[in-house]
Amino acid sequence: MPLVKNGRITTDLFVHVADGAELPGDGAVLVPAARFLEDPEAILKRAGKAGVIWPNNRAVDDLVPYLDRLAAIALVFPTFRDGRAYSQARLLRERHGYDGELRATGQVLRDQFVFMSRAGFDAFEVKKNADADAFAETMKRYSVFYQPTGDGRVTALNRRMQLRHSESAGQ
Amino acid sequence: MYAYDELDRTLINERVSEFRDQVKRRLSGELTEDEFKMLRLQNGVYLQLHAYMFRVAIPYGTLSSKQLRRLAHVARRYDRGYGHFTTRQNIQFNWIKLAELPDALSDLAEVGIHAMQTSGNNMRNVTSDQWAGVAPGEVEDPRIWSEILRQHTTLHPEFSFLPRKFKIAITASEHDRAAIKIHDIGLRLHKNADGETGFEVLVGGGLGRTPFIAKTIKPFVHGRDILSYVEAILRVYNQYGRRDNIYKARIKILVHELGIEKFAREVDEEWRQMSDSALTLDHSVIDEVRSRFSYPAYEKLPHMPDELKQAAHDPLFERWRKNSVAPHKVQGYSIVTLSLKPVGGPPGDATADQMDAVADLADKYSFGEIRVGHEQNLALPHVAKRDLPQLWKALDRLGLATPNVNLVTDIIACPGLDYCSLANARSIPIAQELTRRFANHDTADMIGRLHINISGCINACGHHHVGHIGILGVEKNGEEFYQITIGGRADENAQMGVLIGPAVPYAEVADVIEDIVEAYLALRDRPEELFVDTVKRLGVEPFKERVYATR
Repeated sequence: MPLVKNGRITTDLFVHVADGAELPGDGAVLVPAARFLEDPEAILKRAGKAGVIWPNNRAVDDLVPYLDRLAAIALVFPTFRDGRAYSQARLLRERHGYDGELRATGQVLRDQFVFMSRAGFDAFEVKKNADADAFAETMKRYSVFYQPTGDGRVTALNRRMQLRHSESAGQ
Repeated sequence: MYAYDELDRTLINERVSEFRDQVKRRLSGELTEDEFKMLRLQNGVYLQLHAYMFRVAIPYGTLSSKQLRRLAHVARRYDRGYGHFTTRQNIQFNWIKLAELPDALSDLAEVGIHAMQTSGNNMRNVTSDQWAGVAPGEVEDPRIWSEILRQHTTLHPEFSFLPRKFKIAITASEHDRAAIKIHDIGLRLHKNADGETGFEVLVGGGLGRTPFIAKTIKPFVHGRDILSYVEAILRVYNQYGRRDNIYKARIKILVHELGIEKFAREVDEEWRQMSDSALTLDHSVIDEVRSRFSYPAYEKLPHMPDELKQAAHDPLFERWRKNSVAPHKVQGYSIVTLSLKPVGGPPGDATADQMDAVADLADKYSFGEIRVGHEQNLALPHVAKRDLPQLWKALDRLGLATPNVNLVTDIIACPGLDYCSLANARSIPIAQELTRRFANHDTADMIGRLHINISGCINACGHHHVGHIGILGVEKNGEEFYQITIGGRADENAQMGVLIGPAVPYAEVADVIEDIVEAYLALRDRPEELFVDTVKRLGVEPFKERVYATR
């Protein structure tokens, strides 16, 4: 499954560690939420980056104490119809100020890229190669955005207001 | 009218081009039907019994003549020459070909019409009072807020994959013509003690197999905070709404299971943390949207022009005027409802020729503006009273002057088993038969206001629960049967109708309705007592007795 990060297909440096499997001594790991919460310190203080795979039915509040020490959080889309992780992503980015990697996993298709990016995701485990290849092109699909989110894109309302100000300044 | 600017137009075109790519990927097999299903639903495309059905949004029910002509063009060019106006200010085309859909969308985009979120588990077309901006006594034009919400809900990055569909309706009048109490969120515009504009927010209304009347979650939310408050509700719903069972996934079930107090606390907690955010609307932003609504340059006209006095001698004109013409906030003008419920016709259908002709009449008599109401009728919102006689003649020639607005033959019906893959029973032929039974206008007029609503299955697209008489099609051993409820209403006093007894077979429905109406005529304490008030006073028993005594 290709990983798209910073707009490009890249090698996934994180090793997914299953429940019960042994933790590698070093290197970046992504561990399931339950395992992480069992002993967060053990995972956070090892050599190598730590990431957690967070289910979409558990409040992200439980992660808040660890956010500044987590290198990656992977949120889950069990099917692309299940949109709970969009709310989790915005809460992590906009309310809790998380600035590490925020990864979309599960059924991730090109038709969700813009929504996901607007919600704060910056890494995507894409289901289909063709969709991963089309990432850059797909992200250019929209140039107008109505809602303010934490992604910094200027909303249509703000662009109109700017336009009004520059018009009235020119008079 | 609201004028789309370059940004609105760009977004619609970008959506068309995205959808064109999605259709292409489906036709090439790159997308599975399961993947494509969700994507097409996000853009109003259903697969029905015989063909794809295409639902186009008419936000808050306002259309320009140019837009209506383009809808006529789509009906003619891509469909079978007609369209069907729905109960949520949409129009549906029933015979569209998938490969041609992107072109149809592109034609519509040229006049600022789209199909975004007319289906799917997202925030649907925001609806409002079809008399917005012209009804006397309105707090203010609710379309300004509808447009703010339309923009905010369009392609929302957090709420495009909700547990289930989500519908918002807005009213600014005391008499609710937008049925806000049967919506996921209902907004009633009003002013607080300080004269500030805001909303009573209702939540958790809806019909379907578990009907609920919406409950007030907050009596007053200031206008500037409405986006953050709506967003707080949506965020709670997106996270906690049930996703394990499609029939329990609407917000009404979450509100019911948590109770309105607990749900309100959850929303408040969320809102408290987001209320002072980029979502707060300052005056200039609201004014910016307001400034893009244009209003007609009304003339100073007499209350009772000579043309109207003369025409009053024609009983047919008078009959129509009394039925279909409503007071306007500006002296000398009227709001005219165009009945799409001719005797024997399918409710809410209009041919391409009718649409074109209505567009011409709108240009001539209504400043180029047309409205679409949830009762599946059209309206011309700014008709000078002196023009009423001429307009009536023109409408009569088009078959759009049936004087049955709000009467027993002004039936709301879903497409039913004639089109819909979900239906258990037919709706349209029942409606057609009832319009024939009550075709005599004097009888219908004597009966007075009476709303009949027909749904072909429990999903309740015909809003049967809130019909004064509700008719619900069910299937029993492979046969079409119908449950009858009475006493429902969708207005500011919204309530669900009560079942009168066992379901009756298809062939008996019209007889049963006639019996109910006859019982009412015998039971009402004076001619002014409406059917629904008689039911309220006496309960269902006397009606039940009448219907089942001989069956």
